[in-house]
Amino acid sequence: MGKVAVIGVGHSKFGDRQEVNVKELAFESVKPALEEAGITRKDIPFVSVGSVGVWYEEPLPAVAIAEYCGLTGAGLTRVEAACATGSAAVYSGYTAIASGYVDLALVIGVEKMREVDTFTAVELMGRAGSYLWEFENFGLTFPGYYALYATAYMNRFGATEEDLALVAVKNHKYGALNPLAQLQREITVEDVLSSYVVAWPLKLYDCCPITDGSAAIVLASEEKVRELRIDAPVWIAGIGYSSGTGTLSYRGGFIGLDAAVRASRMAYSRSGVEAKDIEVAEVHDCFTIAEIMAYEDLGFCNRGEGFKIVREGQTEIGGKIPVNIDGGLKAKGHPIGATGVSMIVELTKQLREEVKPRSRQAPMRNYVALAHNVGGTGHYCYVTILRR
Amino acid sequence: MSEIPAIRSRKLEITYNIPISKTKKFWDELREGKIYATKCKKCGRLYFPPVADCGECYSSEVEWVELSGEGELLTFTHIIVRPTSFQDQQPYTVAIAQLKEGVKALAWLTDVKKKDIKIGMRVKLVPKVFEDGRVAYEFKPAEKKE
Repeated sequence: MGKVAVIGVGHSKFGDRQEVNVKELAFESVKPALEEAGITRKDIPFVSVGSVGVWYEEPLPAVAIAEYCGLTGAGLTRVEAACATGSAAVYSGYTAIASGYVDLALVIGVEKMREVDTFTAVELMGRAGSYLWEFENFGLTFPGYYALYATAYMNRFGATEEDLALVAVKNHKYGALNPLAQLQREITVEDVLSSYVVAWPLKLYDCCPITDGSAAIVLASEEKVRELRIDAPVWIAGIGYSSGTGTLSYRGGFIGLDAAVRASRMAYSRSGVEAKDIEVAEVHDCFTIAEIMAYEDLGFCNRGEGFKIVREGQTEIGGKIPVNIDGGLKAKGHPIGATGVSMIVELTKQLREEVKPRSRQAPMRNYVALAHNVGGTGHYCYVTILRR
Repeated sequence: MSEIPAIRSRKLEITYNIPISKTKKFWDELREGKIYATKCKKCGRLYFPPVADCGECYSSEVEWVELSGEGELLTFTHIIVRPTSFQDQQPYTVAIAQLKEGVKALAWLTDVKKKDIKIGMRVKLVPKVFEDGRVAYEFKPAEKKE
């Protein structure tokens, strides 16, 4: 297996982007990613596009985007892994290079979720799981899926709604510093607790917003990195993955995501890294409870202690392991096909120590970072470890 | 949805004819007031929701087993923000319970005040026929005396 590096990154503004279509939105990330890598569209032999679609008009987004960005003719695929779609697209590009099939690949994550109204978006997300058995008659929503975990978790470990709120407060604090974030404002625990209930015990501010956005990265082989004289390549040290049942009632328990536990162990073993080595992490905080379970699933702390390390500030800059210091899905926004790619863009910048403003840069000693990207409620999970 | 310039796309209404031939007995029995699971004749694994093929041992020899419906509440949520196709419903409570026979089920929990819902409470899964003729099932609090 050949080594694979991230040599160029691009990222659009996340938010309500109704002034652009999906192709124009993708272009906003593709152009800077290619420029940073010092290559042109003609150098790209393979393109992997992560997009779930259904909320915008193009059924074949990869084709439409490749055409718009002048990439027609390259090898092209469209990848879906629910909210982990972006990571699955990264994996697709990674394996194309690691296997020796190509020496460069462009990975694009993009989603336009705001071309439909909110309740339709809620419906389309809620249907994704086990349609006949959990949606058709029961109308389970995506916040509802995570709320079932939140109720079980709080009951088992004594975590409170205030504890969940602290995750949102932390991520909004960093989102306020990120010019690309959808929600660039700080909030208080009181704001979270007094926001309306979406799916009890989760309230509006426990939930990520519905987002349009794109992100792109250029991946290269070791030989190509030398040839292009890339100063600061960021290496993909290892990728772990796993999956969970679509039908929630087939699962063993509701206090953590088995797919995330398995994916992280695989990522650690493949990269020769341990949880304690991670210096900055992006975790999948689509809902506040998800970030707390992520700490535990990833081994940042023991089961049942995730809410305690938030209370202690251990996952802020200056703490043991800064998490989601770009605002996370919670404040940066969650365009579901783009999120996994966005995580790699952010971590690449962290590892290059070029984050602006500097107050959002994590301190680096060993230059190891982790991205944890969950699709559905642990229906899919990808964990990617990066190293400089 | 805002005043930003946009072209409204053509409207397309999609519904699916979901095949149930292989689990038809389940839906028929539901109408008769009974809830069935399937059990793999080869490896013995019990499935609810029911399946026609065993994903464990790959046998397609399954038998139908009636469930008592008796269970214990594992977790729940109150769905306030509802999907488009559930807009005409009042907010509802979705719960997951562990059934006596060893499988879990997910359904609405009805006939109980929110404040009285507790994890660990005993519930009963019962068939339900909607006004429009659709059939499903729901949890109700278990009777105190048996």
